[in-house]
Amino acid sequence: MMQTAEQIVQEPRLRHALTELLYQLADDELCLGHRDSEWLGLAPDIEGDVAFSSIAQDEVGHAVFYLERLHELGEAKPDQLAFFRGPGERRNAILLEQPNGDWARTIVRHFLYDIFDDIRMEALLQSSFHSLAQGVVKIRREEHYHLLHHKMWFTRLAQAGGEARQRMEQAVSEVWMEVGGLFSLGEVEEEMLHYGLIACGSEGLAQRWAERMRPLFDEAGLNWPGMPVKPKRDGRKGEHTKDLERLIQTMSEVVGSDPDAQW
Amino acid sequence: MITDQRHEQFMERIQRGEKIEATDWMPDEYRKLLLKLIHMHAVSEIMGAFPEKEWVPKAPTLKRKLAIMAKVQDEVGHGQLLLRVAEDLAAPLGKTREDLMEDLIEGRVKFHNVFHMESPTWADAGVIGWLVDGAAIINQAALLSTSYGPYARVLKRICAEESFHMQHGENIILALAGGSKEQRRMLQEAVNRWWESLIFFFGPVEVTDAARRMIDYRIRTKTNEELRQQFLKKYVPRIHSLGLTIPDPNLRYDEESEKWIFTEPDWKKFGEIVRYNQGPKSQERLKLRRFAHEDQRWVREAMVRSQKMQVV
Repeated sequence: MMQTAEQIVQEPRLRHALTELLYQLADDELCLGHRDSEWLGLAPDIEGDVAFSSIAQDEVGHAVFYLERLHELGEAKPDQLAFFRGPGERRNAILLEQPNGDWARTIVRHFLYDIFDDIRMEALLQSSFHSLAQGVVKIRREEHYHLLHHKMWFTRLAQAGGEARQRMEQAVSEVWMEVGGLFSLGEVEEEMLHYGLIACGSEGLAQRWAERMRPLFDEAGLNWPGMPVKPKRDGRKGEHTKDLERLIQTMSEVVGSDPDAQW
Repeated sequence: MITDQRHEQFMERIQRGEKIEATDWMPDEYRKLLLKLIHMHAVSEIMGAFPEKEWVPKAPTLKRKLAIMAKVQDEVGHGQLLLRVAEDLAAPLGKTREDLMEDLIEGRVKFHNVFHMESPTWADAGVIGWLVDGAAIINQAALLSTSYGPYARVLKRICAEESFHMQHGENIILALAGGSKEQRRMLQEAVNRWWESLIFFFGPVEVTDAARRMIDYRIRTKTNEELRQQFLKKYVPRIHSLGLTIPDPNLRYDEESEKWIFTEPDWKKFGEIVRYNQGPKSQERLKLRRFAHEDQRWVREAMVRSQKMQVV
């Protein structure tokens, strides 16, 4: 049954499950968009710089959409949520808070995440929260192009051999340690499924992801490192690294100098 | 003899207001003057991304974050458009895009003085959009009538985007000007910091030989001083209307000559900053460009290799 924000706020358990899910979505996109934007002016060529910046803007734009839905459910305003929540209140996967590393690692992380994000959104198309289901249709249209873009980079850098391939292999082995954290749905997975907020649990997300990812590794000529394991810390439960602390510090430096001022 | 005739015909075309296209015959001097101008313009756009880029991760609201990301992206995009124009001009001289980028890293091409300077506060991000881009628009709008067609067309798009940037900067400025005491202080300091650079930005008062030749060829149609006066006319009242002061005790409008009188910037200091890349931020920002270009050569090479493999 489709439900609106007004209906959902009447049921505390449902509301809690939904806000957790929306924080996961918002925080993933915000962290990644922020990291992407760090490449501005620094990409390997000027054309790539412009393209990557469009992707960064899309990701932050998607974060804004999820944060607005949270505000509808009675959470603070989007700016407040983006800039003033501590690490313990953030629900992004640890993979997305990590620094970019080199171009190979940036591409590998992005592509692995984009496939995951696509699968997650697919599981949200029938979400019982009406405006989420609607928004995801539009977001998926944009993410489709990110997927194509990063698939091209992923495949070609891996196929190029030489230094590029070495760097790609290195990036895969580094990123693999945290990939498993993407699939977690946090503390209230059961409620999310029970209320029909998302159609697929963490195990299913991981399975579907591996099914799609493996052939892409084959195509790129990269060895499949095996099913990712669950990392020690779960970002979906508010467990994070110093990287996120630093990211938040940077992001809120200006607004934090006077939180009451208009900026 | 044939060359003289060609040259004469070329000058006639220019005087008739015709546009020269990339594949048309053109005097070497024209090509070189244009290339120098557009190359400098292109790398200035690319280097111009850095002072504001520092503030992209720190933009204080989600709206500002999205806006400044898009704004800096536009600057890089302008760099790309201009490089394409420069590449075509440089091709007969045996130069490629890689060479044009290396000229920047090796200090063989200059970029605008303003992008050598520090931008230590959020207010600087606003002032760059408002006044630096404001000055750039005046420069670029004057070039819209340039005799070189490809440059004129690219400039049309750049000017349209720059006017957005100016509004973006003005919007940041207005929030600060109407904000707390601390915000207004930050803003005033940023204006103080940028003023002299802005006056220098338009170049020397006297018309140099190269500038004269560019005017002869209708590459440009206005002198530095005409453009600077246009800037002062437009922005001095705007700055004052926000309750801000301008750090020049001699600044005044002279009714008789109908000109703004201003204190001359330190020509020598800025000249050297631009010529030797020795401004407060020149080397740090060139290092970023070097990282992008040299440390990531492996990426460009890999993409060329894998493209060849796909063709096979």
